[in-house]
Amino acid sequence: MSHTIYPEPATRSEEEGMLHGLYREGDPISDAKAPAGPIQGRWSQRKFDAKLVNPANRRKLSVIVVGTGLAGGAGAATLGEAGYNVKAFCYNDSPRRAHSIAAQGGINAAKNYKEDGDSTYRLFYDTVKGGDYRSRESNVYRLAEVSATIIDQCVAQGVPFAREYGGLLDNRSFGGVQVSRTFYARGQTGQQLLIGAYQALERQIAAGTVEMFTRHEMVELIVVDGRARGIIARDMVTGEIETHLADAVVLASGGYGNVFFLSTNAMGCNVTATWRAHRKGAYFGNPCYTQIHPTCIPVHGDKQSKLTLMSESLRNDGRIWVPKRKEDCDKDPRQIPEEDRDYYLERIYPSFGNLVPRDIASRQAKNMCDEGRGVGPEVAGQGRRGVYLDFAEAIERMGRDAVSAKYGNLFDMYERITGENPYEVPMRIYPAVHYTMGGLWVDYDLESTIPGLFVAGEANFSDHGANRLGASALMQGLSDGYFVLPNTIRDYLASGPYPKVDESHPAVVEAQEAVRRRIEHFLTCNGTRSVDSFHRELGLLMWEYCGMERTEEGLKYAIEKIRELKKEFWSNVRVLGGAEELNQSLERAGRVADLIELGELMCIDALHRRESCGGHFRAESQTEEGEALRDDEDFAYVAAWEWAGENEPPVLHKEDLVYEFVEMKQRSYK
Amino acid sequence: MRITLKIWRQAGPKDSGRVATYQVDDVSEDMSFLEMLDVLNEDLNDKGEEPIAFDSDCREGICGQCGVVINGQPHGPEVTTTCQLHMRSFKDGDTITVEPWRASAFPVIKDLVVDRGAFDRIIQAGGFISANTGAAPEAHAVPVPKKKADRAFEAAACIGCGACVAACPNAAAMLFMGAKITHLGELPQGQPERWNRVRAMVNQHDEEGFGGCTNIGACSAACPKEIPLDVISTLNKDLFTSLRK
Ligand SMILES: Cc1cc2nc3c(=O)[nH]c(=O)nc-3n(C[C@H](O)[C@H](O)[C@H](O)COP(=O)(O)OP(=O)(O)OC[C@H]3O[C@@H](n4cnc5c(N)ncnc54)[C@H](O)[C@@H]3O)c2cc1C
Ligand code: SF4
Ligand code: FES
Repeated sequence: MSHTIYPEPATRSEEEGMLHGLYREGDPISDAKAPAGPIQGRWSQRKFDAKLVNPANRRKLSVIVVGTGLAGGAGAATLGEAGYNVKAFCYNDSPRRAHSIAAQGGINAAKNYKEDGDSTYRLFYDTVKGGDYRSRESNVYRLAEVSATIIDQCVAQGVPFAREYGGLLDNRSFGGVQVSRTFYARGQTGQQLLIGAYQALERQIAAGTVEMFTRHEMVELIVVDGRARGIIARDMVTGEIETHLADAVVLASGGYGNVFFLSTNAMGCNVTATWRAHRKGAYFGNPCYTQIHPTCIPVHGDKQSKLTLMSESLRNDGRIWVPKRKEDCDKDPRQIPEEDRDYYLERIYPSFGNLVPRDIASRQAKNMCDEGRGVGPEVAGQGRRGVYLDFAEAIERMGRDAVSAKYGNLFDMYERITGENPYEVPMRIYPAVHYTMGGLWVDYDLESTIPGLFVAGEANFSDHGANRLGASALMQGLSDGYFVLPNTIRDYLASGPYPKVDESHPAVVEAQEAVRRRIEHFLTCNGTRSVDSFHRELGLLMWEYCGMERTEEGLKYAIEKIRELKKEFWSNVRVLGGAEELNQSLERAGRVADLIELGELMCIDALHRRESCGGHFRAESQTEEGEALRDDEDFAYVAAWEWAGENEPPVLHKEDLVYEFVEMKQRSYK
Repeated sequence: MRITLKIWRQAGPKDSGRVATYQVDDVSEDMSFLEMLDVLNEDLNDKGEEPIAFDSDCREGICGQCGVVINGQPHGPEVTTTCQLHMRSFKDGDTITVEPWRASAFPVIKDLVVDRGAFDRIIQAGGFISANTGAAPEAHAVPVPKKKADRAFEAAACIGCGACVAACPNAAAMLFMGAKITHLGELPQGQPERWNRVRAMVNQHDEEGFGGCTNIGACSAACPKEIPLDVISTLNKDLFTSLRK
């Protein structure tokens, strides 16, 4: 698809130190706090070095955990068990409903149960390579090291993983890797893992170590004397603005894929918790890294609210193709003979075929549609946006019953949503936004640039680099929550309890006031447009210009547009209802306000990174064959952005990525 | 399609509530039921009328957050969640009534939103395996026969939506509870706490104000995850055994 001609982007005057008229560069980040020495020993060393808190003192220490998905639920339960006073928050009506529940495919662990050559080192290696060499070696090694323990923990809790007839756990393989290391519970792995963490959490709630606040939304972070000391939360039922203070704060509030409006994320997913912290001084790492998932059900209409993922495991048996000729695109696919089909992934990447990593599979699907060979209904202005995922051959090879045993629930889901029977007609799929690799910058201890503020799970930027391999987000969430955070946060808490703060502290009063002003503004703005209409507009801009493919001029255009949108939002939004009641438009207004600001930063980050890597494809940086072209010379760093104030250009801090163990290579799946 | 909606509106827990009638034109078959409500809400917002509050999050049938009674049936005419119900299940010109879950243990918060906190409290009473973090045995140390693993899985598929309670004339939560008892009770890891678990959960169930089960089976018929009725027999068996222990 050729890009439209953009109006000349309005550039700000090149003030001193401004780069691209959009940001400034600050000091590099020199230390991410990982211990030195052989990579195998780093985590043990760190655990040993982290100070201990004796059990009697733990009762005197308090921790706030925002978010009770896999990362927060596991973290809150474990910290409660250890004897700290924990307060946990989520916006859902029960912690069991966090977005983690939607994960279908599975969770990786280096157990080598299949004796197929897997090991901690191989999981580490695959993850660094899969992340396109934009993640930290020390973190990733730790993740691989802890992975096996996660499975033990979950089995002990009663998570019903798939088993073989001998009673042992079963594994499967997942996109981008050649070993079977993925543990799964049919198509409901996320649900089962979350229920495990949720039950552990409920047990602590009953034991009185964790106080749970459901339907509570964190709307502001409280920073006192440079340390994170609490949050302001809105009780979403009564509208009450509550202040909660503690010795440390953990954010485990998930990802921000909903900046695109249409995504596979739950409707409530948002960036508010991390964005509010960002505005208080926490750096935001790699905001532009978005993972696009190749196997989603295509968009069907303009009133659609979300996209649905079809598990990636489908790629193990389904074959992906489009017609060779444009003229065939509107034909019944069953009428298109074999020789007129282009199994493009198998053709371009013979050794991985349909199992190439997500970013590659996604971009090639887009390329096929851009060439005019997409299938399915026409989407206004964009042509046909779909490719076939065909099970005809699998059905012939394995029999319909075997296919149904393996994928039946997914096939049913597809039929329910599209009204088409995938046993008869090939499924149609198209890429969709799925996961965000960016998030608050954290060091090896998961601590942000605000002392006492820790960030876990999808909310932080660490571990996945520019691209996340399948089945590794669940692994990271649980690793952070059960094993990493409880060990690192004690080092911080050991220096507590921190000086007492009460609600009259100026920093607290200021945070409360800011929240009240915001709410009042939304309710009295009395504009003409709904919150959702702004969200949709933002989403379209982001998808078009900061989605699967980004260009210099497109990003500049989007930044201008987002700034205009922000202005209009603040002057023309309409939110009805009151402050002191359940008010869903008001909740969304606050979230969309933050998503708009984030959108601008994502575009700035994408613009400054003039290379292609993983989920970030810059059209100007590609090989002759059209593959992503990384620039390790200039961009082998984490981009950590500092908020410099309202209408001030953000400040970029670079953390250089050093590879001591894995050699940086051009990623090739040919 | 053109759809007429009769929707329960209730400003807050203390409000008595009423049914309001709305018209939605331009409904496409591909919309989910909740997307149709989104369209109505945009329209209400434009007219200066407060949108209808309803719960949802994942919108793919797995989080259990959505759920309303549609034409008298929890989640609607198909055996699925409300978010996975599509408008192709209705006809042009249909009139549809939409109400919140009805059960005194699920008080209405606003419009179609109810409080299902009682479910969490039942789990708190014992719906877990006490396995502290760390020091878990190697996952392969205890094999689980596939048959048991499969039954545990089937029961574990409960999403805690509450449709079973809404469907039950007694507002019993036995299917929800039986699913958890069966999930944990089938597994070797769940044995040590098995008898205490069932007693504690049943006590909590009664304390929350859920009714007693009289074997009607409406729960299982309405369950979007097709939790089988026999989880209730398992629950009863376990309760009986536990009382003798
Ligand atoms: C459809 C789908 C399928 C997936 N499949 C896989 C898979 O197969 N394998 C895999 O490894 N990964 C998968 N992922 C990714 C993975 O599920 C997520 O990255 C992961 O679950 C995130 O967990 P989390 O604990 O960080 O956050 P979440 O589970 O998103 O939890 C966020 C929590 O924060 C709370 N919260 C957010 N903001 C606030 C606030 N302001 N105040 C209070 N509370 C707040 C929420 O209520 C929630 O409790 C999938 C993702 C999707 C969308
Ligand atoms: S048993 Fe079925 S109907 Fe009841 S809460 Fe669970 S999933 Fe919902
Ligand atoms: S919104 Fe999650 S089940 Fe319907």
